[in-house]
Amino acid sequence: MNLSLLLFFVLAVVAVLSAIGLLVSRSAIYAALFLVLNFAAVAVYYLVLGAPFIAMAQVTVYAGAIMVLFLFVIMLLGAEKLPPGRALPWQRPLAISLAIVLLVEGVFLLVQRLKITDILPAPSVEVNSVASLVDLGKALFQMYLLPFEITSVLLLVAMVGVIVLAKREKGELGS
Amino acid sequence: MTNVVPLSYYLGISGFLFALGILGVLIRRNPLIIFMSIELMLNGANLAFLAFSSAFHVLTGQIFVFFVMTVAAAEVAVGLALIVVIFRTKHNIDVDVLNSLKG
Amino acid sequence: MDISTTFLSLVPLVVLLPVAGLIINLIFGGHLGEKAVGAIASLASGLAFVVSVLLAYTLWTGSGQTAIVPFADWIHIGDLNVPWAFRVDTLSVTMMLVVSGVGTLIHIYAIGYMHEDVRYKNDPGRFRRFFVYLNLFIALMMVLVSGDSYLMLFVGWEGVGLCSYLLIGFWFEKDTLGRDSVANALAAKKAMIANRIGDFGFLLAAFTMFWAFKSLSFDTVFSHTAQVAPGAILAITLFLLIGVTGKSAQLPLYVWLPDAMAGPTPVSALIHAATMVTAGVYLVARSAPLYSAVPAAQTTVALVGGITALFAATIAVGQYDIKKVLAYSTISQLGFMVAAVGMGAYVAGMFHLVTHAFFKALLFLSAGSVILGMERGHHHLPHGEHGGEGEAAFDPNDMRNMGGLRKQMPTTFWVYLAGTLALAGIVPWAGFWSKDEILAEALQRFPAVFWLLTVAAFFTAFYMGRQIWMVFFGEPRHAAAGHAEESPRVILIPLIILAVLATLGGAFNLPISGVHFLTDWLGHTIAGVEAGSFNFLVAGLSTLLALLAIALSWVLYGRRPLEAGQKDPLQCLLGPVFTVFERKYWVDEGYAAVIVDRYVDLARFLAEVIDARFWHDWFHDTVIVGTYQWLARTVLSRGIDVHGIDAFFNGLGELTKRTSVALRRFQNGFVRSYALAVLAGVVIIIGYLILK
Repeated sequence: MNLSLLLFFVLAVVAVLSAIGLLVSRSAIYAALFLVLNFAAVAVYYLVLGAPFIAMAQVTVYAGAIMVLFLFVIMLLGAEKLPPGRALPWQRPLAISLAIVLLVEGVFLLVQRLKITDILPAPSVEVNSVASLVDLGKALFQMYLLPFEITSVLLLVAMVGVIVLAKREKGELGS
Repeated sequence: MTNVVPLSYYLGISGFLFALGILGVLIRRNPLIIFMSIELMLNGANLAFLAFSSAFHVLTGQIFVFFVMTVAAAEVAVGLALIVVIFRTKHNIDVDVLNSLKG
Repeated sequence: MDISTTFLSLVPLVVLLPVAGLIINLIFGGHLGEKAVGAIASLASGLAFVVSVLLAYTLWTGSGQTAIVPFADWIHIGDLNVPWAFRVDTLSVTMMLVVSGVGTLIHIYAIGYMHEDVRYKNDPGRFRRFFVYLNLFIALMMVLVSGDSYLMLFVGWEGVGLCSYLLIGFWFEKDTLGRDSVANALAAKKAMIANRIGDFGFLLAAFTMFWAFKSLSFDTVFSHTAQVAPGAILAITLFLLIGVTGKSAQLPLYVWLPDAMAGPTPVSALIHAATMVTAGVYLVARSAPLYSAVPAAQTTVALVGGITALFAATIAVGQYDIKKVLAYSTISQLGFMVAAVGMGAYVAGMFHLVTHAFFKALLFLSAGSVILGMERGHHHLPHGEHGGEGEAAFDPNDMRNMGGLRKQMPTTFWVYLAGTLALAGIVPWAGFWSKDEILAEALQRFPAVFWLLTVAAFFTAFYMGRQIWMVFFGEPRHAAAGHAEESPRVILIPLIILAVLATLGGAFNLPISGVHFLTDWLGHTIAGVEAGSFNFLVAGLSTLLALLAIALSWVLYGRRPLEAGQKDPLQCLLGPVFTVFERKYWVDEGYAAVIVDRYVDLARFLAEVIDARFWHDWFHDTVIVGTYQWLARTVLSRGIDVHGIDAFFNGLGELTKRTSVALRRFQNGFVRSYALAVLAGVVIIIGYLILK
């Protein structure tokens, strides 16, 4: 048993189980925490795949900022638990079966059509060095400058939008 | 140590996470959890990107993931703001209650 | 070109001149005065007479050679070839002379007569119409006698039947006094119908003739008589006989002629005495070759003529209307003629036709003069006597109202006397010679008919004598007769001319060798005629009987003239027999009961039951309209329209509605289900791409 393989499977189990936990947990807080765990596992995957910056960004932005935001809103709305609903009883089985079908299709595509059996090579030492980070930065600011700038505008827009949305009208009483 | 994990394994995991994310979107009624499931889907996609990026020794995948994350952040912000506003008017965030656009 | 041919080419004028006259009068007559209208019509007829004379002259100089002058192509279909050609031979020219000659005199007479009549009936505008009809009659009668084939003859035959109808019903809405009445129209209708039955016989004869001979032309038919089966010829001749009984008023179709007296007197004179009714005699004479071939037909014709002669003479004895007496006399005399030509004595028959035209026209016209005199007298009566609406209808024709008129109307009396003597057959008036010739021939050929005719001659003299005594002698029995006036010259002059002809007309064919002009003349056309010798026995017997009859009539009517309202002496004598005569043997009533009323019943049945109730009510309303309405309402409207078309389109709408209702369920407002739909779509598309 190769260590990488072992690591892979352990991380896989964690990621899947936490995802399933997210799906089934009644409380939104628990779901959020499961998701954080999932993000962590995926971050380690990123590391293994030789993208340290992305891994850090994952932990910082995703797990740190986004999930905290989620938790804030959950607490704000008091939406830990929702009473069980009765609408769309056919949704759940149908959704599960369709997801399974989608998976099967994906597998089929990969195995029969693409025939991917490539083995991922181990990330080289250079990948983990600052030089790779420099390359990333260069690529970002040279080749992908436009998307970069647009993304920044996008963030600005999002900020403005959020503020506009969340603003209370004059005279409107608090909920 | 050499990496002996085949690419297809990573893609498998990625797909699995994606499928679970879809399930979450479809099954749960709490919009926050639906949002989280969406994040899960995005994660799955990111993983696939990075797997390919690593397999073909290009940076493009990483750049892409970078942007995905940024946009995901913006999206989460706006989405949560929307949920807050909805809660303010409906006092209930059950997605099934928000059905007044039905025909 | 020598003169003879030139005159021959004039023959179409005998038809075209009267046609021209009638067209001029028709178009311009309204603007011209009465005198002009009458003059044009008489001139047309007169010029036709002149042409006839020229044609006679041509034949005379051409030794009686028959000439055929083609005029126009008419029918040419397959075997049937009938051109309009004029036949100029002695027989047709004789008829032409009689028709146009007597016709012209009657035209002149009619100017005066109608002048008074339209004023008596209060419709002066109708004067022109009379002369248009008269000219039309002359034209068509000329077509009849000048035709070269049976079909041309038939055209004229039918045409004069039409004119007879038009002229009998001239006063179709008025009676003799000018009040509203349909009697004249009914009389005209009766004439038309009776004639039609005869025409049917003629048509059957024509069909048989064409079937047997493949032609209707005289020359073709007569030259092939020997080659055709006698049975066919017998059929043809008997069918022609039916036509003759219709047109020439023999038994059994004579019933129209007495009623035809409803027409104005010139009409009675021209059509129903001198010309139209003689068409039947002309027909038999023309068809001599056919009749000679089948003795059985000859016997039949002769018997019909003989019996009719006696039958009609007896009826004439019991009539009170002056014109009715003359009408039955005409039927009787036609019987003489028909018997003569039936026996094969064609010349005798034609001779009697000519003399009869003279004296019967004379008698009718004189009777018209008498009637006018009565009407004038009636008009001039002081108001109290000729009274208003309350007066029982004054009949100017009724002999019981007359009497002593020879003092008021002397000229009329003398000409009437001439006509009477001619008709009675007193020597040397014309009637004696022609009737005597018939009797002589009858004794030789057909003794039974001889006796019939002799007895009829006795009656003839008797009723004419009766008429003379009743009308002209004694005292007036009605105030109108007392005030009667003589007729004007325009009426009297034709009468005098005719009287002269009636007196001297015997000269045409005296049975003295060398003087039988007519026999020689007609011999050019009719085969096998020979001059008969004078039979003293027959002549003596007939004269004796005539004088006896006149004496008898004097005893009854002349010696003690009748008083007003007195019963007829003969009625006292014979009682019921006289009633039989007076009621015309109830023939009209018999026809009405057996035929006419049954026909009317049938017509009524057809109209009411079949047409109205069956056809209209049931078939039309119920079946057709009902079916149509059923079709429209149930099938088309409800079935097809409502259930079919509407249902289809409503169904489309319903389908759309249901589809939309079904599809609406997708829009359940749940975001989750929309997401599910998206996933489903993705899965399906990927699956499709995989499978492709």
